[in-house]
Amino acid sequence: MDLIWLVLALPLLGSLINGLLGRHLPKRLIGWVACGSVGLAFLISLRILFDLLALSPNQRVPPQTLFDWISVSGLSTQISLLVDPLSTLMILVVTGVGFLIHVYSVGYMSHDSDYSRYFSWLNLFTFSMLVLVLADNFLLLFVGWELVGLCSYLLIGFWFTRPSAAAAAKKAFIVNRIGDFGFLIGLFLLFATFGTLDYLKIFEAAAVPHALPELTATVITLLLFAGAVGKSAQIPLYVWLPDAMEGPTPVSALIHAATMVTAGVYMVARSHDLYMLAPFSMNIVAAVGAVTALMAASIALVNNDIKRVLAYSTVSQLGYMFLAAGVGAFSAGMFHLTSHAFMKALLFLAAGSVMHALGGEETDMRKMGGLRKVIPWTWGVFLIGALAMSGIFPLVGFFSKDLILEEAFSNDYVALWLIGLFTALLTAFYMLRAYFLTFHGKPRYDEKAVHPHESPAVMLWPLRGLAALTIIGGILWISWMGFTPLNEFLSPVFAGVAEGGREHTAALSEGALIAISLLVALAGIGIAWLVYIRGFQPGEALRKTFRPFYTLLEGKYYVDELYYSVIVQPGRLLSQFLATVFDLRLLDGLVNGVGALIDRAGGALRRVESGYIRNYAAWVLLGTLGILIYWLMR
Amino acid sequence: MLTLIVFIPAFGALLIGAISRERQTLIRGVALAASVAAFALSIWLFTAFDSDQLGMQFTEQRSWIPEIGISYHLGVDGISLLLVLLATFLVPLLLLAPWDAVKERYKIFSIMVLLLETAVIGVFLALDLVLFYVFWETMLIPMYFLIGIWGGERRSYAAIKFFLYTMATSVLMLIAIIVLYFTSGMGTFDWMILQTIGLDRSVEVWLFAAFAAAFAVKIPLWPLHSWLPDAYSEAPTTGTILLSALMSKAGLYGLIRFGLTLFPNGAVELAPYLLTLALIGVIYGALVASAQKDLKRLIAYSSISHLGLVAIGIFAFSALATTGSVLQMVNHGVIIAALFWVVAILTERFGKRGLEDFGGLMRGMPRLTALFLVFLLGAVALPGTSGFVGEFLILLGTFMTKYQVYAIIGASIAILTAVYMLWMAQRVFHGPPVGQAEKSAADLTPREIALLAPIVALILWIGIYPKPLLDRISPSVEALISQAQSRIELMGDLPQRRSPSVDNAPSGLTP
Repeated sequence: MDLIWLVLALPLLGSLINGLLGRHLPKRLIGWVACGSVGLAFLISLRILFDLLALSPNQRVPPQTLFDWISVSGLSTQISLLVDPLSTLMILVVTGVGFLIHVYSVGYMSHDSDYSRYFSWLNLFTFSMLVLVLADNFLLLFVGWELVGLCSYLLIGFWFTRPSAAAAAKKAFIVNRIGDFGFLIGLFLLFATFGTLDYLKIFEAAAVPHALPELTATVITLLLFAGAVGKSAQIPLYVWLPDAMEGPTPVSALIHAATMVTAGVYMVARSHDLYMLAPFSMNIVAAVGAVTALMAASIALVNNDIKRVLAYSTVSQLGYMFLAAGVGAFSAGMFHLTSHAFMKALLFLAAGSVMHALGGEETDMRKMGGLRKVIPWTWGVFLIGALAMSGIFPLVGFFSKDLILEEAFSNDYVALWLIGLFTALLTAFYMLRAYFLTFHGKPRYDEKAVHPHESPAVMLWPLRGLAALTIIGGILWISWMGFTPLNEFLSPVFAGVAEGGREHTAALSEGALIAISLLVALAGIGIAWLVYIRGFQPGEALRKTFRPFYTLLEGKYYVDELYYSVIVQPGRLLSQFLATVFDLRLLDGLVNGVGALIDRAGGALRRVESGYIRNYAAWVLLGTLGILIYWLMR
Repeated sequence: MLTLIVFIPAFGALLIGAISRERQTLIRGVALAASVAAFALSIWLFTAFDSDQLGMQFTEQRSWIPEIGISYHLGVDGISLLLVLLATFLVPLLLLAPWDAVKERYKIFSIMVLLLETAVIGVFLALDLVLFYVFWETMLIPMYFLIGIWGGERRSYAAIKFFLYTMATSVLMLIAIIVLYFTSGMGTFDWMILQTIGLDRSVEVWLFAAFAAAFAVKIPLWPLHSWLPDAYSEAPTTGTILLSALMSKAGLYGLIRFGLTLFPNGAVELAPYLLTLALIGVIYGALVASAQKDLKRLIAYSSISHLGLVAIGIFAFSALATTGSVLQMVNHGVIIAALFWVVAILTERFGKRGLEDFGGLMRGMPRLTALFLVFLLGAVALPGTSGFVGEFLILLGTFMTKYQVYAIIGASIAILTAVYMLWMAQRVFHGPPVGQAEKSAADLTPREIALLAPIVALILWIGIYPKPLLDRISPSVEALISQAQSRIELMGDLPQRRSPSVDNAPSGLTP
């Protein structure tokens, strides 16, 4: 437990070594430093897990203060780390999945000339996320929060000579900052209300009945949620995530699985004591989650870029997590976060392996196909990931998604449950569509120019590891004589929530719910199979009806275009106007006009006005002295 | 001791004046020695400073013109301590900086820089209003020559504009000083005494307005900024940095030291208006910056935006916010110096400074890009850099007063700064390389790295461990604010008084 600081220090050290000295180090060593630091951090995290398991469930570990940070005039903030089941789960996911992604990168990036820069930033990314989840106060959380934003900026723009990468990086940072603006105001309000930013003090104070007015709680939680919407790519700030595909593929895996986008879900779960006091905010969180899940999934239906399909899938799955949090099922949300980390890292890395097989940066699924036999390992793990994401028993995705739907239903959010169910249908369809387009059918790549090959072992082993986690991850939530491992582990954190509104309405039994979601998933897979394997062509009438809808989806609901014309373009015009017309002509013109006026009026004093500044200065000085002497003599 | 710090640079200038201009190395040596000596002394001052002791320390007082109560009175508290340190830290770096075509006239150049340093330090340490005013006006002269001699094409226009602008408002301040002298009836110009005197409320308002006008031009506060883009972009880089990093701080410092304490009721009365101007400046400066096509002008406008925020922290009348403002003055001084420095390096290498003239510099100049990244992060106030600590305290402190809405709107600076700074990064350092950018020969020399490294270290150090600075600033600011507040409460019985909520109590949403 005392070693917790090492979990932070190791990745930071790795980042510094590779960042400062990397140009002079051999590639092998760079890879060892980067993977080794995260791997060791993972081992220490495991050790902390066992320490924690050895404690009795209600025993709290006091925060460990490293040093005093900003303490002035009533504000007191420490760099201080909190070890509890929630943060331990997060550091295990971050370092564990992060480690596999690091190892994979050794192979994937082996030909890149900026090898050391890549690993330095990858380590920094891991470090930032660890700061975020280990913080024991909102300000330190915000530090990690902003640092992951920075790292995503750096890594999305890793291939900086591409204009699209540079633009995507900037977009990610600025959109995140818009959310952070709300978050920051939320912090101010928290401090104004509680006089502190420490979790434990705030949650303790909020727990006192009627201590916190519902309105204040609602405003605070909504402001914090604004930050989560930016970081976790929800409506209306999700637009940065699909563009973030400009970065190297393992970076996408890291952003989508281990670091960054899960931060918003974690933050909401961490502040559940506040959210529980604000039913309105909870409803907003659930609704935003559900609608985002549906909208993103629908865009993924028609996209032809394998990485973008996965990106929209992430947006959609994050929506599920917020849906879970919004209906009060925080542990379910955290379980889906973990399960999604396995699945999405697997899928992204497998997609990277496909791209690698095709010799580089091909992401258009229309130029793939028939890869099943050529790259069998990649095929196998991608299939596992796709089925898990669709929610097929007994893969981990089945357990976590089903749990969320069940929670939504049993907490009387029937409309949101229906949306979630429909999204599950879409999910199964687009995942299998991506799978069929990539691995089945006839090869559509240029067979003369491209000779697909399986990835090296250093890339395959992380894939195998993630596939294994995806297969067995379900045991985290298999009830074992009334004992659900992850739920029991997290229960001390969510103690106040668990017994709340969980009375089954019993309109449908648990078994029926499971059957329904399984059927829905199978239906989605079936449709995908019909269309992409059997080559089923919809009739003319059907096509006509769906044509406008299809165009809308292909245009991604034209949200980017909307933002451009409503925000970006007017903003640009306004600053152009201010810079050229207002500032130069009006303000400066006014000043120069006054000057000219004085000049003309002073025609009689032409001789005095020699135009030499030293003369002016002399006059001013003389005048001043004159006044002084006058007062002196008086 | 303080006298030594103030006048060592001037003494150096005097020595240089006696050296023949051919002896370049000697001139450089003397200039450097004088400025480094001043820096060493202020480091010593920093460590010897007792942050538990309230009030002025190391005071020196000698009568100067006793007939009318003018004295030579110096003293330092946590506020001025940090600013003196900022000045003495930057000047040696500027004297060592290899840019600027000043090789032929280095002698007069170094004299000007050193004289300016003396004047600026004098402004920060003077406790007598007349002495303060003398230093204040002295700042103008070397700066006028720096712009006028070594400036760009439109240098004389810029120099005259700068001079007249500041002169006109300085005279207002002088008049206000004289009026204060007579209305107070104490027969002294000493700040220590005058800050305890109660004045008629309307007199305070007028005097504060006059002081504020002089200070506002120096900062500059919107809409009195129109001298700035010209002066900043025409001045040689040394001049630009001295203007933006040090002289703008003189204006802000004046507001805290003299504006708030001598005329607290005037300050409270006018605060809403000044806050509004400052807030407009924050947003206006950022918007205009993002439309600039010239790197130097872009940074110049960004300065209006960031200093507007510092001004908000001062007018909010909160110890938390003002502490943030003082810290942010140091941070801004360091960061803006570094940013102008980067522009100077680019101009020197490529002979251009248009945003469109560059692209993909990261390929050929990875070291410069890495350093620029740190400066950029400081400017956008990323946690972990000094900019965050300062801006966070300003905004949080302001939020805790009745001026909440200014904090909320002001917090948008985080978004706006990111927009134009990242735009600059995208244009200049990212994207496909343009022209000579491929050549790695253009990257920073070890000498340049050595000069910029202290700035990088400072940005990160203050960002990660600001305690040593905050511990010194905070007690002084608290003392100053509570002294001013006691004056406001004294006036409390007057019928026309509006109720200013200047307390620090958490307000929240509920009454």
